[in-house]
Amino acid sequence: MSAVLTVQNMTLVRGGRTLVRGLNFEVRSGDALLLTGANGAGKSTLLRAIAGLFTPASGVISISGDDIAHDETPALQAHYLGHSDALKGALSARENLDFWAAALKRRGGLDPLQALAAVNLAHVADLPVSWLSAGQRRRTALARLFVAERPLWLLDEPTTALDAASQTRLAQSMAAHRAKGGMIIAATHAPVGLEDAAELRLGAPA
Amino acid sequence: MIRIFIALYQRDLRLAGRIGGGASMGVVFFLILVTITPFAIGPDLNLLARIGPAILWIAALLATLLGLDRLFQADQEDGSLDLLHMSDAPLELIVAAKCLAHWTATCLPLVLAAPLFGLMLALDGEALAGLSATLLAGTPALTFLGAIGAALTASLRRGGLLMAILILPLAIPVLIFGVSAASSAGMATTPFLPPFLILIAFSLASMALAPFAAAAALRSLGE
Repeated sequence: MSAVLTVQNMTLVRGGRTLVRGLNFEVRSGDALLLTGANGAGKSTLLRAIAGLFTPASGVISISGDDIAHDETPALQAHYLGHSDALKGALSARENLDFWAAALKRRGGLDPLQALAAVNLAHVADLPVSWLSAGQRRRTALARLFVAERPLWLLDEPTTALDAASQTRLAQSMAAHRAKGGMIIAATHAPVGLEDAAELRLGAPA
Repeated sequence: MIRIFIALYQRDLRLAGRIGGGASMGVVFFLILVTITPFAIGPDLNLLARIGPAILWIAALLATLLGLDRLFQADQEDGSLDLLHMSDAPLELIVAAKCLAHWTATCLPLVLAAPLFGLMLALDGEALAGLSATLLAGTPALTFLGAIGAALTASLRRGGLLMAILILPLAIPVLIFGVSAASSAGMATTPFLPPFLILIAFSLASMALAPFAAAAALRSLGE
């Protein structure tokens, strides 16, 4: 698949403060974009804006590609991994992923058990998520990226609470996703294994 | 779209059934209110039978509101609501699925338990049947109206009381027609059908309109 995400002349205003003014960029299939900048620079807000969860003051965000309808919003083509894991503590890891597969899947995707195996969590698939450690919960949230195939990954601090082995595995899955023609936009302070990615440095808040 | 509706309905039912989910909380609260009323009023069976439907309806109203403040708040807090925005189902459908699951988990047990609890308030056969019928017809209105309040207060930490204040005025017409239909079920003096049909109209109207209002409130959370 080949696709391109275009952000034109975007201005983000949050709580009366202008975070980003007149931002333009493009992310193509296979590309990754690293968002860096100080705390409060607007990295998360930019990701939320692309995911359709925050309304920009101005600007156009669009996505186009071979198998993407021309009026489709990026929100339907994107996975958003925010600060919270969007998991229900009372349900098992597998039940959580079953639900998200039903809610988010539009094309293909792994079976929830296979997705859990991909993040090396097959052994806790039937435990309630509230019993899992912070890192295991983060990995369950990452497994959501695999149960529903979506070309654009919006990752907000994806390595939070992950151990070294899991960080390596995440880097491998991101490389595999890009090799298949996927796009990644990640906001991070720590290196996440996207060393060859373009970097977008957001300025200090005005 | 239908797939996500069913998946969300099943997930919410499952969550309600698990520990801390609160499905049984409504019935227990209902039981407590109905049990303490005769102690407060005294063992006058005629009086209890006369005010019984009203007490059961008030108890059902409060029991419905009990868990409703968490309807969207829980999903807002753990980030699920963000992801539900990004599915291809419209938010209105998501609201409807969550309301329906809440009704099944909280209100349906009340409807089923009402005849049993009605016995404790000295209601007899016909009055019990009328009571169950009115609760079945009227509680969807309470849930769907409550969803508007739940959506408006989803981002507030202690929004439960605010939600009750917002919603109770809207629930008063439902209460009036619910109680008047339920009390006329056991008596020959007033007709049962007119208030009962108005009650059904309230439920149908709120099921049709409330999802749009609640979805609009949820959309404004992101701004």
